[in-house]
Amino acid sequence: MTTLSAYFLPRDLHPAAWWVWALGLATAASRTTNPWLLAVVIAVVCFVVVARRSDAPWAMAFRMYLWLAALVVVLRVGFRIVFGGGEGGTVLVTLPEIPLPAWAAGIRLFGAVSAESLLGGLYDGLRLATMIVCIGGANALANPKRLLAAMPSALYEVGTAVVVALSVFPQLAESVQRVRRARALRGNRAKGRKALRAIVIPVLEDALDRSLQLASSMDSRGYGRAGAATVQERLASGTLMVVGLIGVCVGVYNMLDGTTPRVLAGPALIAGIVVAMVGFTLAGRRVARTRYRPDRWRLAEVVTAFSGIAVAVVLLATSRVDPANLNPSLTTLSWPQLAWAPLCGVLVGLTPAWLTPPPVVGENETPLQETAA
Amino acid sequence: MITLDSVSFSYAGAAAPSLRDVSLSFEEGELVLVVGRTGSGKSTLLGTLNGLVPHFTGGHLSGEVRVAGVSTRHRPPRELANLVGVVGQDPLAGFVTDTVEEELAYGMEQLGVAPAVMRRRVEDTLDLLGIADLRRRPLRALSGGQQQRVAIASVLTTHPEVLVLDEPTSALDPTAAEEVLATLARLVHDLGKTIVVAEHRMERVVPFADRIAYVVGDGSVEVGEPAEILRRTPIAPPLVELGRLAGWDPLPLSVRDARRHPPPRFDALPTAPAPKRVDKPSNRGGGGGGGGLTARGVVVRYGARVAVRGVDLALSSGEVTALMGRNGSGKSSLLWALQGSGPRQGGSVDAAGADPRDLSRADARRRVGLVPQSASDLLYLESVAAECVAGDEDAGAATGTCRALLEDLTPGVDDALHPRDLSEGQKLALVLAVQLAAAPAVMLLDEPTRGLDYTGKEVLARMVSRLATDGHAVVVATHDVEFVATVADRVVVMAEGEIVSDGPTADVLTASPAFAPQVAKVLGPPWLTVAQVRDALTSEVSP
Repeated sequence: MTTLSAYFLPRDLHPAAWWVWALGLATAASRTTNPWLLAVVIAVVCFVVVARRSDAPWAMAFRMYLWLAALVVVLRVGFRIVFGGGEGGTVLVTLPEIPLPAWAAGIRLFGAVSAESLLGGLYDGLRLATMIVCIGGANALANPKRLLAAMPSALYEVGTAVVVALSVFPQLAESVQRVRRARALRGNRAKGRKALRAIVIPVLEDALDRSLQLASSMDSRGYGRAGAATVQERLASGTLMVVGLIGVCVGVYNMLDGTTPRVLAGPALIAGIVVAMVGFTLAGRRVARTRYRPDRWRLAEVVTAFSGIAVAVVLLATSRVDPANLNPSLTTLSWPQLAWAPLCGVLVGLTPAWLTPPPVVGENETPLQETAA
Repeated sequence: MITLDSVSFSYAGAAAPSLRDVSLSFEEGELVLVVGRTGSGKSTLLGTLNGLVPHFTGGHLSGEVRVAGVSTRHRPPRELANLVGVVGQDPLAGFVTDTVEEELAYGMEQLGVAPAVMRRRVEDTLDLLGIADLRRRPLRALSGGQQQRVAIASVLTTHPEVLVLDEPTSALDPTAAEEVLATLARLVHDLGKTIVVAEHRMERVVPFADRIAYVVGDGSVEVGEPAEILRRTPIAPPLVELGRLAGWDPLPLSVRDARRHPPPRFDALPTAPAPKRVDKPSNRGGGGGGGGLTARGVVVRYGARVAVRGVDLALSSGEVTALMGRNGSGKSSLLWALQGSGPRQGGSVDAAGADPRDLSRADARRRVGLVPQSASDLLYLESVAAECVAGDEDAGAATGTCRALLEDLTPGVDDALHPRDLSEGQKLALVLAVQLAAAPAVMLLDEPTRGLDYTGKEVLARMVSRLATDGHAVVVATHDVEFVATVADRVVVMAEGEIVSDGPTADVLTASPAFAPQVAKVLGPPWLTVAQVRDALTSEVSP
């Protein structure tokens, strides 16, 4: 009983677990254009996000992804109307066609709009939108900075650079605002290049000052202490990492594209991961650095990651058995069918909403006003 | 613990060396206060202790610096990170991570400290500095004092032998500075680390400093007992000035010392200082007619947060008003609203018959000028001369107005210098000159004393008095009690967006111990400044 309560103690899950889950769902979505299934995937992601997100700023950005997804659907359908949606026999409405000059042959503006082409646009857009929502879900659930921190120690330097770069943007926005206000005080009415200069110069000076101070502070605190690696060692680990990552890219691409030879999918992905891991371990061995409270991979992470993988596997499997159901026909208009197998598969993705510990909340409150004597 | 053996250092291309043949040694567990004027080489001296000078800054260093027996000659700062912890002026600029806990662990991660040890040390250090409740907070959301305490904590976790702090409070407001200095006092007493600190709020550190290293400015450094060194430094807190004036021996280093052993010479003091000179404003050169400003029921709010709650304020020409109050009490919001550039949701402002908010920015600044907190935001050209010319253009003033004003405020600023190379005081004077070129009748200064040393404040005080005698109405928002005692005719104290007290300087300052200047604490009200005491003593001698 105690282990069970310990399992559900509030904590932040390993960010990679959320990413595996989300990518699993996204992979599943990429294999189908069935609107019912896609809608279920979106619903699953939304449900889990609402159940398990913290109150951090990145978690609140999920809404933006939903808007972006809606925009994608609208654009896809809109394009079908504007650039001719005449394929198929069921013409819904005929818009006046705008005649184009000869050099634009092959492009049609408006004209007949068929139900088939609209549906095609809708299904396609919905698929892309679902994948966007999946990525948005991962971003909302996983702290992006913790994800960087969880990178192999060989990539530590890169991770630090990214973290530092990310923190620059809010600072820049702040300085621009401050300098603009100051400029108004001076009554500076210059326009165009002069005005730009009056803002850019102080802001850049500020930014340069800060980066020098940061560099000296990092140096004083031991950043980049010498490791003991020879040139050959570095070359070997570097080559392994690059080759491995190329393998991973090839594997992922072929996993998502069902038409390519299968040997380039799973096997290439696994081989790539292995090679890259060897490279990372080699590179990591020379780094005399430790990590404070690393996110650990525990049972809850396994559950989360596997639920995402399960969804992808079920959809990949059913796409072989019953492709018609996953990709509704566009030539003969019919109400898309929803089969039980893929539906249950997608619903497995819901498990993290109940089977993960809740996030830690209430620690991003606004600073207390300082009290003075 | 630290030895410098005939160390000389000069920056690349510099005419004179910053340090010349410096030999000294600091003992284990000692707190050394480094004093000296801005730009005298304090930071350079501190930088040599962990190798930032010359490994990071460039330049040529001769001689030998040893910390705990390790020479910095062939070791860059990162290799000395386990021996020396360095805390800079602006804590936010030095943060690498984004939450308190991660920042504390950062240094240890670099040194490869074992995870279990790290966890323990983070907890210990959070408690030591009293910041355990902040552990998961984002660093940017902390107040200045909290940030600086986190910065100190983050170097302490690596258990360095030596802690070096370079003006840790100069970028902070006084409340935050108090917080940091109290922390420092605690570290000295509880940990007994060797601490080297440069600090311009000397009066706060002097009572527990073991020795003082005085960086003279010509490259030499004098080290000695506080009472002995302070006897001859040109920069000194008011208490020390008072002690020198009275020929006090030994020199009092704290208000407590001074009150316990009053010198006989003060028995001759009259009960009150001579009334302040009442030379009515001549109104020469001043602003466009009438002068002064009347504000009624000013309301400033940011969303649900009310910054200024219906403030009435009348400013008359020739008067210096000090605006005081803790951070966030609405001082800046009020100043920006009076100038017309900032938001104002209610009330009226009348500056010479018009509301500056309804005027164009160029017309508004002819009535009310404002020097903002980060004054250098107004400067963007490559030389002082170019800034002055642009200042004349912006103000629509005759050519040379701005330059003449600058010469008036601080004589002898080199035209060809880049504004960034000016001292803080000179930079402030340049911005003030640019703003004065529009000849506003009312001049508002937001926190001008921040980052100024005693000398800089003296210069600023002269500039402010000058403005008042020229017929300007001047408002200075500041936390600096000593500065207010010197320049202000009237003090307005704000809290939570309201004015809680408004009256003549002597009355308001001496009404509460928190606002009383050092001289008042020693001699009792109505004495406020060393200058008053000096005047009274000289007139006693020669009536």
